[in-house]
Amino acid sequence: MAGEGRALVPCRRGAPEREDCLAQITRAAIAVLVCLWVGPAAAQEVRAAVLRVDYPTLAPISRFDAVPEDLAFAGAALADEDNGTTGAFLGQTYETRTVAVPPGEADAALDRLIAEGIDLFVVLAERDDLLRLAERAGEAALVFNARAPDVDLRDGACRGNLLHVAPSTAMLADAVVQFAAWKQWRRLYLVHGSNPPDRALADAYRRAAAKFGLEIVGEREFEDTGGSRRTDSGTTQVQRQLPVDLQDAPEHDVVLAADASDVFAPYLPFHQWTPRAVMGSAGLRPVAFNPALEAWGATQFQRRFEALTSRYVREGDYLTWLALRVVGEAVTRTGSADPGALREYMLSDAFEIAAFKGQPLTFRDWNGQMRQSILLYDGRITVSTSPQEGFLHQVSPLDTMGLDRPESDCTAFQ
Amino acid sequence: MIRHPLLAAALTIAAASPALANKIFVSNEKGNTISVIDSDTWEVLAEFPAGNRPRGITISPDGTRVYVCASDDDLVRVFDAETYEEVGTLPSGPDPELFVLAESGNPLYIANEDDNLVTVTDTEAERILAEVPVGVEPEGMAISPDGAFVVNTSETTNMAHFISTEDYEIKHNVLVDQRPRYAQYTEDGSRLYVSSEIGGTVSVMDIAPDGTPELVDKITFEVPGVQPEWLQPVGVKVTRDGSRVFVALGPANRVAVIDGETLEVIDYIIVGQRVWQLAFTPEQDYLITTNGNSNDVTVIDVAAEKAIRSIEVGQQPWGVVVQPDPSDQPDSAEAG
Repeated sequence: MAGEGRALVPCRRGAPEREDCLAQITRAAIAVLVCLWVGPAAAQEVRAAVLRVDYPTLAPISRFDAVPEDLAFAGAALADEDNGTTGAFLGQTYETRTVAVPPGEADAALDRLIAEGIDLFVVLAERDDLLRLAERAGEAALVFNARAPDVDLRDGACRGNLLHVAPSTAMLADAVVQFAAWKQWRRLYLVHGSNPPDRALADAYRRAAAKFGLEIVGEREFEDTGGSRRTDSGTTQVQRQLPVDLQDAPEHDVVLAADASDVFAPYLPFHQWTPRAVMGSAGLRPVAFNPALEAWGATQFQRRFEALTSRYVREGDYLTWLALRVVGEAVTRTGSADPGALREYMLSDAFEIAAFKGQPLTFRDWNGQMRQSILLYDGRITVSTSPQEGFLHQVSPLDTMGLDRPESDCTAFQ
Repeated sequence: MIRHPLLAAALTIAAASPALANKIFVSNEKGNTISVIDSDTWEVLAEFPAGNRPRGITISPDGTRVYVCASDDDLVRVFDAETYEEVGTLPSGPDPELFVLAESGNPLYIANEDDNLVTVTDTEAERILAEVPVGVEPEGMAISPDGAFVVNTSETTNMAHFISTEDYEIKHNVLVDQRPRYAQYTEDGSRLYVSSEIGGTVSVMDIAPDGTPELVDKITFEVPGVQPEWLQPVGVKVTRDGSRVFVALGPANRVAVIDGETLEVIDYIIVGQRVWQLAFTPEQDYLITTNGNSNDVTVIDVAAEKAIRSIEVGQQPWGVVVQPDPSDQPDSAEAG
């Protein structure tokens, strides 16, 4: 029954037939309506919301990294289209509300969405705001984290109603260090920023190095003094000062840059004392997705996204699309839009989703983290993909990256 | 002196019946060319330009016209199978990826990957007859032997859509595993196989006489020493008697051999890298595989179920079709 509503639209090219075509489209539309009306599967409306918290930030070092106004919302629009096309065969419609607010207004915005009856949320917020919003949404709601990489959200601070499509800092650091191990670049030099997120990232690299048996031969903290960034004089200063700052580094094969604050890392590749490859926050960067990816059918995703938005995809768009596709896939397979039923299915062995990464993505049912490969991207091409060949795990090679079950203090999923 | 007994046999047969040499056409997605191989000598006869991003490839029942989905040109290019000259183009709708030709040679049913459509194109009048809305990222195309249904698989919707060729309406939708790439009927039309690349399975459907599908089984794969994630089924071909099903397993670099009765996997044949599409020679003596990452095709001896040689072609081979014998009706399923 579900399929019988999809009718022929014989749009012959040329003026004489146009009326005919329109009439048939109308008939087809009526057929769809009639089918849904009388069909056994009553129309099911799946409503979700994307809540994006916008923080005051400085301009990025590179203007290529300027955040588009419709970040994440564009991914939601594509997800609604994709889910809606599938839903048309099953009598399901998808509508996603998109809201951007400053941090102080996030709670009120969430309350309004809840009052509208929405119980499926994709949230792009920093750790503390995300945690508070997830708690505020309540156990009956399902929240997807599409931004915060903090490891403790997957560890002791995990929440049962909070699933993470965003990779954790630990997954990203492991992806980079696995590549270094594969390359036999065993001596790592860690340069990190002075802000808390930079230090957390540095910790993740230290753990990754220990995990995969590489040595951090030296470290250097790059203090964020609120410098001049990309002004003319700033560039001159960087060229003169940065090599001098790095001249006493011990012998190393590669530099790991831990600069979550976007203060210095982009300058590292060509301003060192000793010329070495840079990975991490600059050079070879670990990302969930990038706009150059063509493998695994990604070209189709890129083209659909670009046709819809007239720009290249960003990680926030992809992760939002992914979260909503996870919802769509679970609705398709379960026939339910109830957050509890969807969550149960998503965490079950039956769930998997194709998302242009060459293998099915699933959730870790013990902390709600989505297993996914990490792309190593140099700004133009996907240089490599982690997990690297030869890194094995008893559950999935994807579990060689990030917090593993025995290490996790997450109890909300038991 | 001919030392190789197989070669001697081949030459003897070739002498008796020259029609046995068929041209194999391989589309090279990145090279923007078609490679032509002689199925008797296995020599590469030619490589000719075929437009931008050629993927799906098929041939007219009389073996004279080669149809190619030039995906980035948003049309189907038609080439003379003898001269390799382009003789025309067909409107296809945007981004044509894979198609299937009606047994009579007309019309052509085309999957438009970017636009969630199946386009029906009249190959003689050279115009679009219909556009059928389907799921997200349509790819696999198959036609039932009685011609009543065209099956399309949509990679992100994860369905097989059964489109009636009478009124171009979808009559059935069957959910399958993640990223369905290819659909293939058995010769008698009683069964349909649908491969799911990311799901790692082949769905088996029994087809009722009126064309109604019923999902009855799912075939899974397992190769010692190969991560299960890399066992990604794409191209599927079934022998005429239905006794053997061959499934290309993508980055596992193997073709699975399946017993068509028990649906058990009997063997895995090692071929080139990232094997996607398959085509039989007309007598089904050989199966040709396209290996996108090693830029070659592998020839499998069907009876022996062994790879016998690999042939270098252009850059990133995608689809393959074999010219029918002059008197033959085409195997409609040979679409790239």
